[in-house]
Amino acid sequence: MKSSGTAAEYWKQNLKLMAICLVIWLVVSYGLGIWFAKPLNHLSIGGYPLGFWFAQQGSIYTFVALIFFYVWRMNKLDRQYDVHED
Amino acid sequence: MNLTTLTWIVVAATFVLYIGIAIWSRATATGEFYVAGRGVHPVLNGMATAADWMSAASFISMAGLIAFMGYDASVYLMGWTGGYVLLALLLAPYLRKFGKFTVPEFIGERYYSQTARIVAVICLIVASITYVIGQMKGIGVAFSRFMEVPYDIGLYVGMAIVFVYAVLGGMKGITYTQIAQYVVLIFAYTVPAIFISLTLTGNPLPQLGLGSTLSDGSGVHMLTKLNEVVTDLGFAQYTAQKGTSWNMTLLTLSLMIGTAGLPHVIVRFFTVPKVRDARASAGWALVFIAILYTTAPAVGGMAFYNLIKTVQPGEISSPEGALKYDQRPQWFKNWEQTGLLKFDDKNGDGRIEYRKAADQNELKVDRDIMVLANPEIAKLPNWVIALVAAGGIAAALSTAAGLLMAISSAISHDLLKGVFTPHITETQELTAARVAMAGAIIVAGFLGLHPPGFAAQVVALAFGLAASSLFPALMMGIFNKRINNTAAVWGMLVGLGTTLIYIFVYKGWLFIPGTNNLPNTPDNWLFGIQPESFGAVGALLNFITAYVVSKVTAPPPDHIQHLVEDIRVPRGAGAATH
Repeated sequence: MKSSGTAAEYWKQNLKLMAICLVIWLVVSYGLGIWFAKPLNHLSIGGYPLGFWFAQQGSIYTFVALIFFYVWRMNKLDRQYDVHED
Repeated sequence: MNLTTLTWIVVAATFVLYIGIAIWSRATATGEFYVAGRGVHPVLNGMATAADWMSAASFISMAGLIAFMGYDASVYLMGWTGGYVLLALLLAPYLRKFGKFTVPEFIGERYYSQTARIVAVICLIVASITYVIGQMKGIGVAFSRFMEVPYDIGLYVGMAIVFVYAVLGGMKGITYTQIAQYVVLIFAYTVPAIFISLTLTGNPLPQLGLGSTLSDGSGVHMLTKLNEVVTDLGFAQYTAQKGTSWNMTLLTLSLMIGTAGLPHVIVRFFTVPKVRDARASAGWALVFIAILYTTAPAVGGMAFYNLIKTVQPGEISSPEGALKYDQRPQWFKNWEQTGLLKFDDKNGDGRIEYRKAADQNELKVDRDIMVLANPEIAKLPNWVIALVAAGGIAAALSTAAGLLMAISSAISHDLLKGVFTPHITETQELTAARVAMAGAIIVAGFLGLHPPGFAAQVVALAFGLAASSLFPALMMGIFNKRINNTAAVWGMLVGLGTTLIYIFVYKGWLFIPGTNNLPNTPDNWLFGIQPESFGAVGALLNFITAYVVSKVTAPPPDHIQHLVEDIRVPRGAGAATH
């Protein structure tokens, strides 16, 4: 860490990224899987009613993708702000 | 070779594997005992976390829940996986950077308070013991059903196995055994699922099979057919929502927050070398969990379809379509012996009728048999059935070991070393940890032999505790520098207190039957919130209380504010310290 200014900036960027990921997490599971599942069920994906698919398959795939996206962005951020390990 | 002999061979082979790993990886220092020397590769740690987290409930019960609840069981699928997003983003990397051995240790140091540490130890022990009872029961049931051994003997064998690898190897032994157990359990879960998906839909991937058309030449989609069949029997559509969105939302949220707050899961992220490994390892854990969790809906749906087709071989809902009782298949007879499957010929016509209406329904099916009976229902070869037995035992053993580890380190590290006898040497602490582990196994075994009647209900309590007290305390410790010791302790007590009271009001004080103040039915629930869902509300109350108290009390000392700043950046995450 070079100065406290950079550390604060790093934390701010991290919080922004976190917020984006959590919004996607919320929309896919609660939004598409629960709140809007009924109307979405009129559409279908590969034989699954869409809302049902999000609740039992899609949300889980999204969670996995979200974590790896976050890992990739954070590793970049760590280097950018020179706070990475070794 | 008969099924019992085959099952014995398969299960014995897995036990030899676990013991072999334990001898190879025994722990010699506290760092190895508590956090496996922090040298576990993130992918391997992901696998161990998956086995640690997926218990007998995930392996045996979840597909059964899905089968009988359909869409509404999605709360478990999303709740128990979505928590990993919270873990990866909000907790795992920072707790790893903090670099200590246990969850109560973080709470104690961050809030510079022994009271906070002890509250955390109590939550940890209650949550973990609850779970252990379920795992022990799982081991006993698997033995008695598949290996024709009395329940208690099965339990003793399970205890002995856990004793060898947990006491000897500590976290290091547990980690590598859990990796082996993951391989056994995932193989055991997916092989029957693939066979069943192939038979019903011609698609080898169960995840796609559930959405495919049936291979009976009708061209009808699996789920469409399932909806048709269940509505003919008087049930609601399989893919339709039965409960309220409000309750589903709160239950999902409680399970997510609870998952992210469970100490035996969090502590697995202490075992990787670096902060970035802690993030990645949460992702790998979810990959390995997702393999089972995306297969479970297919297992549930297809097993349920097979079950209905078996008892209603003719036209569904017509009286002549029902199976004659004396023509029932062998697996039906096997499960009748366990009492988990019951036939009651209400209209005396000698046919098995399965209906929604209670006065017409003649078949009682315990949800837990769906996974275990699945291979038999689908007429799979005996070795697959033997494998499922080994998988169920692996799921139960791996989770039991993780929980016992969390309990014993809370006792030896947080209570003995941290509070009562701070001056003991590392060797003495290591001995204490092993004694605590042995003690925990004996207590768990005793509770498994004499399971308290409330075991199932207490699972809600375990999640409630983790969600309402531990998760908020950990999260605020990282994200809000201003939260001080008073705020954290009050927050935990309010979160914990309200959740306990809410559960007890509906389920009985300390779960003693008859002491509940209100009947546990939807019209009595406060704002329609079921007791199992209250953890999320308790967490919210915890956050609010801590925030308000911190506003009217002095900020934490400078060194604590520096500590928080320090855990927010990855650089400098060192080796194990204590």
